[in-house]
Amino acid sequence: MKKNSAGMHLTDSKRKPFVIGYIFRRLLIMVIMILLVSTMIFLLFRTMPGDPTASMVDPSIPQEARQALLERYGLHESLWTQYKIFMGDLLRFDFGTSYFYNRPVSRVIGDRLPATLILMLTAMLFAYIIGVFGGAWMAWKRGTRLESAGVAFSLVFRSAPTFWVGLMVIMLFAVRLGWFPAQGMRSTGYEGTTFGEIFLSLDFLRHLVLPALTAGLYFLATPTLIMRNSMLEVMSEDYIEMAHAKGLPERRVLYRHAARNALLPVVTAGALFVGAAIGGQVLIEVVFSWPGLGREIVQAVTRSDYPLAQGSFIILSTVVMVMNLIADVLYAFLDPRITY
Amino acid sequence: MQKVKQLIQYITSYIAQRRGPSRRPAGRRNNQSFFSVFLSSLKSDRLALIGVVLLVFFIFVGVFADSLAPHGPRDRHYHDEGGIKRLESPTWDHPFGTTDVGRDIFSQVILGTRTALIVGFLAAVLVTFVGTVVGIVSGYFGGMVDTVLMRIVDFFYAIPFIPFVIVLAAIMQPSLWNVILAVSMLSWRTVARIVRSQVLSISKRPYIKAAKVAGAGHLRIMFRYILPNVVPLVLLEMAFMVNWTIMAEASIAFLGFGDPRVTSWGQILHMNSVSGYSRVAWWWNVPPGVAIILLLVSIFFVARSLEAVVDPRLRKR
Repeated sequence: MKKNSAGMHLTDSKRKPFVIGYIFRRLLIMVIMILLVSTMIFLLFRTMPGDPTASMVDPSIPQEARQALLERYGLHESLWTQYKIFMGDLLRFDFGTSYFYNRPVSRVIGDRLPATLILMLTAMLFAYIIGVFGGAWMAWKRGTRLESAGVAFSLVFRSAPTFWVGLMVIMLFAVRLGWFPAQGMRSTGYEGTTFGEIFLSLDFLRHLVLPALTAGLYFLATPTLIMRNSMLEVMSEDYIEMAHAKGLPERRVLYRHAARNALLPVVTAGALFVGAAIGGQVLIEVVFSWPGLGREIVQAVTRSDYPLAQGSFIILSTVVMVMNLIADVLYAFLDPRITY
Repeated sequence: MQKVKQLIQYITSYIAQRRGPSRRPAGRRNNQSFFSVFLSSLKSDRLALIGVVLLVFFIFVGVFADSLAPHGPRDRHYHDEGGIKRLESPTWDHPFGTTDVGRDIFSQVILGTRTALIVGFLAAVLVTFVGTVVGIVSGYFGGMVDTVLMRIVDFFYAIPFIPFVIVLAAIMQPSLWNVILAVSMLSWRTVARIVRSQVLSISKRPYIKAAKVAGAGHLRIMFRYILPNVVPLVLLEMAFMVNWTIMAEASIAFLGFGDPRVTSWGQILHMNSVSGYSRVAWWWNVPPGVAIILLLVSIFFVARSLEAVVDPRLRKR
């Protein structure tokens, strides 16, 4: 990919209307995708081998009571009728009632979603800031021991299973050193009701440190290595030589001239990476007992709480798609050569 | 279009010149066989050499796991006085110590190697096969076929990987085969997309047109003329897929959705976590994690030198 360096800084406002049209089109595709994913998950749960009702309604209870329960959940209807009801409910954001919590699934998800998003965004911010600067620095130090160490470090954390790093981090920082709490999102006894009370307290931040560190270390490798590669490509361009020839300080050439132009592939890769990030997120939430959506889906599946599992799955895929969309739009803003 | 190509050619040869004589312009590598380039890059790339040695070691352990493991993975070990060896830290008899029910962790880790390799390679082969076929068909035919196939790929991209595998593993009976199937169902999307973009540029080349004019059938063109050109890329993707599936299997087993009858690294960590001793018994959870890291890193190193073979611009960087 060869870049036209002169074009990089031309972000004119003339293109804005097209951006809106583009976002609108992407949103439409996203809605279709969500409906398709929901259809798939519906079919998956309804056509699984064995009696699907057995896992939703306790088979050991008397036949009449069982029948009543089946009717209450609408499980006696034909597949097509169930599908119509399911999709109709979906459009009204009604995912049914969780068997386990006996509460509407949308409420349960609403409670869990902020915790997941905060953890994920904190970790990504951490990973991207360190990754972008670290990658640029590694490209600058190309061929030295420091660079090899950097590459090896990123690869090791990319290869380490997140849940294992989580276990190690807990053992070291929470048990041995006792610096940070190992589990959950708040200390026992701490009661917060409003959003601010829960998420803007020192107690919450202390709980956030270890899971965010673990997730961040896992996310770190991708931006670092891509930034390094794209920096190497950019650094052989003529305008970098030009900047050197002008006698600009090294640091200025590195961060102002080279790094800015090398950022683009990092953003694209970020988009494709979000899908994988959600997976790591699930495991981290389980290890740290973080009350987020990822842990909820694991527990829902273990408890055969299918409405909750379905709902969480649909919301998680929506999160992935929204993040992808944001990354694409960001990319379009950053790269003036993109036309819609 | 022609102009753009010329420009790209000019730029690549320009870069190649500037980076000294060790660099060949892209395209010349066809003169050398893929493996001879790979072997010669092994000599100069120490990390790749370490990777190959480690990988061979793991494969050796995996193949001969039964004879190498000193004990059965489920055998309970007792003291001479009769008590169970619960949670013992490493000794000569048990180099990685014992679990809370007196099982030998060293043997479990050795047997886990085999599971990781089987899952990794089988799933990677499956994924690469499906992805390559879809990618070649899509890139070669173009038009409607391409649109439909790529929309299907887009659909699979929209599904979050681990949650999907969890749901699938829970719906189906927990077995190693179902884990492989679940992982494979989603992972082919990446390979398909990468192979397609490569095929798009290959199928524009003159010799493909010549083959068409000469009356070669679609199948022949796709698998005799196009496939050999994407093989290096496919091998590289396969290496990444091996890593991806090993990690996925470990994750599923850690969450407790794996095959309970098969010893795997993820399962050892699952038992450790369920037992409640994950915070004290470091000898229990450190070895399987280190094994996963070493295996994946060794494959990464090999893949990195493969990458240099596939993309000559990366050499000697």
